[in-house]
Amino acid sequence: MKSILEALHDRKVLLSDGAWGTLLHKRGLQIGECPELWNVTHRSDVLTIAKSYIDAGADIILTNSFGASPTKLRHYGLEDRCKELNEAAADISRTAAGPGHFVLGSIGPSGVMLLMGEVSEDTLYNDFYMQAEALKKGGVDAICIETMSAIDEAVIAIRAARESTGLEVACTFTFDKTVTGEFRTMMGVSPAEMARAVRAAGASIIGSNCGNGFDQMVDVVKEIRSVDKTTPVLVHANAGKPVMKDGMTCFLETPEMMASKINSLVESGANIIGGCCGTTPEHIRAMAKVIKG
Amino acid sequence: MSELIDRIGVCVERGKVNIASPFPNDMKGQEGADELTRQALDAGVKPDEILQTCNAGMQRIGERFSKNEVFVPELLMAAKAMHAVMAHLKPFFKSGTVKAKGKFVLGTVAGDLHDIGKNLVAMVVEGNGWEVIDLGVDVKTPKFLDTIKAHPGCAVGLSALLTTTMVNMSKTVAEIKSNFPATNVIVGGAPLTMDAAMKMGADGYSSDPQGAVAFLDRLSIGG
Repeated sequence: MKSILEALHDRKVLLSDGAWGTLLHKRGLQIGECPELWNVTHRSDVLTIAKSYIDAGADIILTNSFGASPTKLRHYGLEDRCKELNEAAADISRTAAGPGHFVLGSIGPSGVMLLMGEVSEDTLYNDFYMQAEALKKGGVDAICIETMSAIDEAVIAIRAARESTGLEVACTFTFDKTVTGEFRTMMGVSPAEMARAVRAAGASIIGSNCGNGFDQMVDVVKEIRSVDKTTPVLVHANAGKPVMKDGMTCFLETPEMMASKINSLVESGANIIGGCCGTTPEHIRAMAKVIKG
Repeated sequence: MSELIDRIGVCVERGKVNIASPFPNDMKGQEGADELTRQALDAGVKPDEILQTCNAGMQRIGERFSKNEVFVPELLMAAKAMHAVMAHLKPFFKSGTVKAKGKFVLGTVAGDLHDIGKNLVAMVVEGNGWEVIDLGVDVKTPKFLDTIKAHPGCAVGLSALLTTTMVNMSKTVAEIKSNFPATNVIVGGAPLTMDAAMKMGADGYSSDPQGAVAFLDRLSIGG
């Protein structure tokens, strides 16, 4: 099978998946429970979610492994099960995707800061290395390092993922709009700075995830494209900013609203498009109609 | 002498911890908060005066953070410099020469493991002269209630990053308010808004650490 980069050559836009966490909660995952443990204890539930995105028309699905780093698993006393949980995550998505679709192994931030000396570069590298290696063993086609905010951590993660797997590596950062209207991560990194640093570190796909909806993503992609015309750009957008309604958290952007903005996102230069928090298989299905006609 | 005191405040604001620290770039090789505080105390400067200049420095960096002129790294380094000062001032707190403005109990709500935002609030609030009792992450409601009971008159801060844990935050606020109606509660975190905070019955909301300081300072002057 072709790689994601090769597939992008053939077709202009690939469709990715939507949120997993909210769907896991709908299936009974309790708040405070380790989502990645479900790869072993509730395999069929996780598999159903993965399949629901394939059925909705996604070309690419991710894996239920965002927080499966030894550092994050430690809180649940599960740090020794990093390899097992990541391999299981990859295997589930591989099973759902079959040979005809791509699987991107999800790796989230460590949650600790190099800047404050909370963790050493070696520990971070080894943790990311182990996670990526296990995802590859479980059958992913590429690695997606996502929701990053600090360049130093992202660069270490990219290096570790490349050196342990040899696979294509995507890296996405999460930006917020500042009061002056610029986009920055919480660590102060702009989309342009991200694009340069992440590309130089060896990522073959760059982009942005989470955030406050598709409208802002269009501007983020434009800024990335102002410094990088060629590297494929991936966008996983939230269904708008969350609001509280009747004691429940809601995302207000409907599948139709998100789908209506696909074209402007593609025009701004995005190559892989999917959802983040608040998006569902219905959102992906609506996007598929626009992308695939 | 006043020049020395001002320099300590600037070191806190700029996050210049000590002479060995390479941050910030334009202050490389200069003495930092650590050395200057020692010198000031040795020269007979009152701990109170040092604390005031540091509080003002923290306030300045907190305000710049609110305006998105600086970001998390700069705020963290300022807090680190503040810690260097506090290490010298600890004995004076113990002896009662210097007093905190009040107590602030802080934690990330049940089910939520995110601590970066909560830690920033802890550092900035502490840097502004409050005693912070940090309960950590995934804090269940009974732990908040026990701590409030043990520290009468304290204010409480709740943090949540996940949309899913905002529900737990709401429950914790309700429990605190029903057990300790006079206790002031402020909430914060990425998914929150003032509207959501008011709906869950909190007394205050802030999108950034400096807003928490402003809220607390209003309480301490009885406003």
